[in-house]
Amino acid sequence: MNIHEYQAKELFEKFGVATPRGKVAGNAAEARAAAAEIGSNIVVKAQVHAGGRGKGTFKNGFKGGVHLVQTPEEAAEIAAQMLGQVLVTHQTGEEGKLVSKVMIADAVDIEKEYYLAILMDRESRSPVIVASTEGGVNIEEVAEHTPDKIFHQVIHPLLGLQPYEIRNICARLGYSGDIAKQFGKLLQGLFKLFMDCDCSMVEVNPLVTTPDGRVLALDAKFDFDDNALYRHPDIAALHDPSEEDPREVEAAKYHLNYIGLDGNIACLVNGAGLAMATMDIIKHCGGEPANFLDVGGGASQEQVRNAFKIILGDPKVKAILVNIFGGIMDCDVIAKGIVAACQEVDLNIPLVVRLEGNNVAAGKETLANSSVPLISADTLADAAAKAVRAISV
Amino acid sequence: MAILVDENTKILVQGITGSFGGRHAQLSLDYGTRLVAGVTPGKGGQLFADKVPIFDTVAEAVAATGATVSAIFVPPPFAADAILEAVDAGVDLAVTITEGIPVMDMMRVRAGMLGKKTRLIGPNCPGLVTPGYGEGSHGGCRIGIAPGYIHKRGKVGVVSRSGTLTYEAVWQLTNLGLGQSTCVGIGGDPINGTSHLDILKMFNEDPETEAIIMIGEIGGSAEEEAAAWAKQHCKKPMAAFIAGSSAPPGRRMGHAGAIVSGGKGTAAAKIEALRDAGIEVAGNPSDMGQALVRAMG
Repeated sequence: MNIHEYQAKELFEKFGVATPRGKVAGNAAEARAAAAEIGSNIVVKAQVHAGGRGKGTFKNGFKGGVHLVQTPEEAAEIAAQMLGQVLVTHQTGEEGKLVSKVMIADAVDIEKEYYLAILMDRESRSPVIVASTEGGVNIEEVAEHTPDKIFHQVIHPLLGLQPYEIRNICARLGYSGDIAKQFGKLLQGLFKLFMDCDCSMVEVNPLVTTPDGRVLALDAKFDFDDNALYRHPDIAALHDPSEEDPREVEAAKYHLNYIGLDGNIACLVNGAGLAMATMDIIKHCGGEPANFLDVGGGASQEQVRNAFKIILGDPKVKAILVNIFGGIMDCDVIAKGIVAACQEVDLNIPLVVRLEGNNVAAGKETLANSSVPLISADTLADAAAKAVRAISV
Repeated sequence: MAILVDENTKILVQGITGSFGGRHAQLSLDYGTRLVAGVTPGKGGQLFADKVPIFDTVAEAVAATGATVSAIFVPPPFAADAILEAVDAGVDLAVTITEGIPVMDMMRVRAGMLGKKTRLIGPNCPGLVTPGYGEGSHGGCRIGIAPGYIHKRGKVGVVSRSGTLTYEAVWQLTNLGLGQSTCVGIGGDPINGTSHLDILKMFNEDPETEAIIMIGEIGGSAEEEAAAWAKQHCKKPMAAFIAGSSAPPGRRMGHAGAIVSGGKGTAAAKIEALRDAGIEVAGNPSDMGQALVRAMG
């Protein structure tokens, strides 16, 4: 799960991570009041979960999701141009994202930009701190061209962040004296935040030093472990469903694992690995998958029904491929679920069904005897080929 | 022989009175597995299926029954504690089926297991099966949630990160007349107990296993590590399949571990590493069984 920049700032303040003063605003009046509190040198930032905001363009023609202003009036004016408008950046896709909040923050003078992140590293099974003197840019590019400018510090999972580890990072970033002291406090706060909130990643890019001798986290990107949200209701509450594909939000309600893609052959599969493999074979046969959809290793009739509704809500979908390996599940139960769903949703596109496993003969008979005009397939390859053929005629 | 477990292995189930744990405990009993104990705190003294004694603690269950393997079906908030309890009770193998355990919990569990004798399999895995010799492979050791009847006792070692995709592979093998020595699902989470490589080494040393099929997916570098090792050391023919070549980067494909990030963990890189190691890679998931046939020449 991701959160907005203003929400990240609130978390930083809670954990003592130094960051420029800032406030969130939902309308022009709030923006004016927030800017008046901060004074001059104000930055107005559109709040969407996407990078490249500064270079983005609003659909109303207004340029830039990040603006520098000097007065509360200007802040209100800019906020009014952004709020309620759709911002398109290189990360949002053509459809863009609706801006319903802006952040009004102190535009600090920057002496130098750095990069700082903490992430859960699967190889070392530990948190790893990543730091670089090359901040404010795409870190993947730094990693590719000048990997020696990126420093990794693996932290012991049980012992936590040690003072010597902070000194190591300071040495690599060239911090000493008061700056090192401030950075140490910032990093300790950030590490505590990472651990206490079950983050899988927190990225501060850039981390900056200022001419007046401060170290500040200027922008942050968070990723939280979805599996741990049950013990962080305050963080789960920061979830903004308007930032997500509405089909994915709908699917989550029914405990379906759904990811929308750009193709036109929808798939409905039980199990994540098999679902990925089904997408792969559609592509292998020359088709394009419209989605990843895992109804769970032991799908119920009800889940199959809801999955069909979500798939058919996507106007791009021109055919459906159902691939169920009924290990423990009875294939006949699944077959009945498919038939019931098709009758209810008034299916009008080709449906290819491949059932395998427990009680498969009865399942196939149920499908054959139903009035649903489906195409039956025996193997995964057969199913994919039939689905691709169904849309090409 | 087989690896990790055989038809004589005694197992216990943590979370045996839950609906999920109970259902699969019953299926293991039906398969002929030696399920000798259950553990649910507060329900000690009761019986499961009128014959399997339930204990309050794993330590008591192990002392009373001699179980050496625990299958863990405990819900995510309590799963880390359940794994550590099994480790402390000294079981050889803790197979964690539970899906949705926080990564931080698994990180601490792994760190806490250092120096202990217990091997962890999973979490978020289908478990493992050493098929029996009876009809529908009855009489084998089934730990977890895999359907027993799709198996057939034989000479192929199967290791995979996923559940239903593994069943698909096993089913293809069985239909080709290729039985299995042991089938191990290591799970789809980013931090797990046992890697592809760990299992590969065991199959390599197991006299009953004559060929190996490894099923991986996008994310991480476990498949590349296994391939690099196999290139130098594996004595047996190998086939592989990698799921997720069509997955978009940056999205978590169901399994928490299945994500391509920063250009790492792509299917293409994994397939290249496998081919470089001389492993026969299935071009699509319908081809997994045939790929092994080709590998065996």
